[in-house]
Amino acid sequence: MIKQERMQVIKQQEIAKHIFELTLQGELANEMAEPGQFVHIRVADSFEPLLRRPISVASIDLEASQFTMIYRAEGRGTGLLAEKKPGDMLDVLGPLGHGFPVEEAQKKAYLIGGGIGVPPLYELAKQLNARSIETVHILGFESKQAVFYEDKFRELGDTHIATVDGSHGTQGFVTHILNELPSDFDTYYSCGPTAMLEAVQWAYPQKKGFLSYEQRMGCGIGACFACVCRTTKSETDYIKVCSDGPVFPAGVVIS
Amino acid sequence: MTDLTVKLPGLNLKNPIMPASGCFGFGKEYAQLYDLSQLGAIMIKATTVETRLGNPTPRVAETASGMLNAIGLQNPGLEKVSGQELPWLEQYDVPIIANVAGTTTEDYVEVAKAISQAPNVHALEINISCPNVKLGGITFGTDPDVARELTRAVKEVSSVPVYIKLSPNVTDIVSIAKAVEAGGADGITMINTLLGMRMDTKTGRPIIANITGGLSGPAIKPVALRMVYEVSKHTKLPIIGMGGITNVDDVIDFLSAGASAVAVGTANFVNPFVCPEIIGQLPERLHELGFDSVEQLVGRSHRL
Ligand SMILES: Cc1cc2nc3c(=O)[nH]c(=O)nc-3n(C[C@H](O)[C@H](O)[C@H](O)COP(=O)(O)OP(=O)(O)OC[C@H]3O[C@@H](n4cnc5c(N)ncnc54)[C@H](O)[C@@H]3O)c2cc1C
Ligand SMILES: Cc1cc2nc3c(=O)[nH]c(=O)nc-3n(C[C@H](O)[C@H](O)[C@H](O)COP(=O)(O)O)c2cc1C
Ligand code: FES
Repeated sequence: MIKQERMQVIKQQEIAKHIFELTLQGELANEMAEPGQFVHIRVADSFEPLLRRPISVASIDLEASQFTMIYRAEGRGTGLLAEKKPGDMLDVLGPLGHGFPVEEAQKKAYLIGGGIGVPPLYELAKQLNARSIETVHILGFESKQAVFYEDKFRELGDTHIATVDGSHGTQGFVTHILNELPSDFDTYYSCGPTAMLEAVQWAYPQKKGFLSYEQRMGCGIGACFACVCRTTKSETDYIKVCSDGPVFPAGVVIS
Repeated sequence: MTDLTVKLPGLNLKNPIMPASGCFGFGKEYAQLYDLSQLGAIMIKATTVETRLGNPTPRVAETASGMLNAIGLQNPGLEKVSGQELPWLEQYDVPIIANVAGTTTEDYVEVAKAISQAPNVHALEINISCPNVKLGGITFGTDPDVARELTRAVKEVSSVPVYIKLSPNVTDIVSIAKAVEAGGADGITMINTLLGMRMDTKTGRPIIANITGGLSGPAIKPVALRMVYEVSKHTKLPIIGMGGITNVDDVIDFLSAGASAVAVGTANFVNPFVCPEIIGQLPERLHELGFDSVEQLVGRSHRL
């Protein structure tokens, strides 16, 4: 069920350049189930900035009623978010949308992420491993300074890193790594920039895949038609990224 | 006991608070969060004859204390709204105000005639002010003669009272208000969004794919108040006021300026419970100000 709650900041730290890890506690965390869902955060009690910010859930700890997000502080809203300290309260709406279907993977899954699309793949990797699915992680970042959670992913399975400037791992994009890897997996899951999602879809037209999309949002719950994309089903078919997604099967969304 | 009820043509409102068109879909999403029967009324998303797919994305951009949108009147079309959305809303004890849009007079007439027959539609809101579509919409709302004739045509076919939604993107809003009054309108809703733009500073490109969008939110409240004040001074038509309302004091201000009821738009995105919260706070706030009914407050600025 969707809730709005003032959640308590438990922990906030900068884990890579401009990348922050933020843990919140409250009943809302107990509503979280699927990896890939997101929350809509009001970063200030004033109307400046006005709109909520959509951020994915990166890991869930039901026992402690906590969840963690990882985000890049770049604009006004995320900049203010980065100033929150343990003990502060934060207005959160969520959990929102439909996440990655973990039950679709059979034996081995590829998890392909780029930049701030990497965070939701962490909870996904945890849940897939809990179901005894082998996970391979292919993660792309701008540079060495922007890399995060490499060790945490390694604990869960083979992990390959690409950086655009080559300062860490393979130089280039995740697709450069994918070209070198065997296609012996049954399902892939991906989150990242639209260009990356497109490239991944093209790389594996025969495989079952699930992609998480981004759109600018208003309401975040399906009421305002801000986040609409057309689909391949018909000329008049469309989806709302916020409430029908953000995760969709490969080949459906025209982005 | 504070009396929150408001009587308007076609509408016996429990309270003067309703969500604004386009900011509440057809109610389903917010119904997950609270009981819609609490609301004074619901203004549903614009309905056109055919399904409309709207504009390319990005369709929204944040601005200082506001936002721009260029949704482009995306909606499932008359048949689906009449056949599915409105019947679904019948489970709630709340009057529906149907927002009607189109590109030609015939479009408006067709939608108005059909949708006004739905049992829970108690009034129409004719959207002659949408800034985000290439044809129709705002062109009907910026020329007094065109606005009057459209009002007349819609009035002729509607089974329920007709409110005309005015655009703020005009030099003289009073002349448009007077024109729709002459055309036989039962009321006015105002204001729709103000045309605006936002640039991506790095690339120099507009953020909204449609290039321009409609500005809403707290930033536009002063403009909306001024216009409600002027129109209420120069016409006898009841006004449902909107533009930047986020809290109970904003509601008081709109009523004081001359609105009989108000609609809340963008604030639903910031606080999805804003409407029921304001409804809950209204009795006490009225009492503090020395009023025991909403109706006592309406237009008080004109009597001072
Ligand atoms: C479903 C979803 C999940 C996301 N998950 C994450 C995450 O886990 N970690 C993370 O770092 N980022 C994530 N993002 C992107 C994040 O929402 C934006 O980076 C953030 O909104 C930018 O806000 P700002 O205040 O920094 O920027 P500003 O430039 O001040 O933002 C202005 C407006 O534009 C919107 N906006 C700007 N960039 C984006 C964008 N890329 N996507 C959507 N809206 C945008 C903002 O929400 C705001 O309304 C996600 C986006 C979506 C849609
Ligand atoms: C995302 C969005 C969609 C809107 N869609 C419509 C619409 O379909 N029909 C209409 O008459 N007004 C529409 N509006 C205008 C609002 O109903 C309202 O007039 C305006 O936003 C000012 O109120 P606010 O500042 O409280 O949002 C829309 C506004 C927004 C923000
Ligand atoms: S953000 Fe409002 S419909 Fe998706």
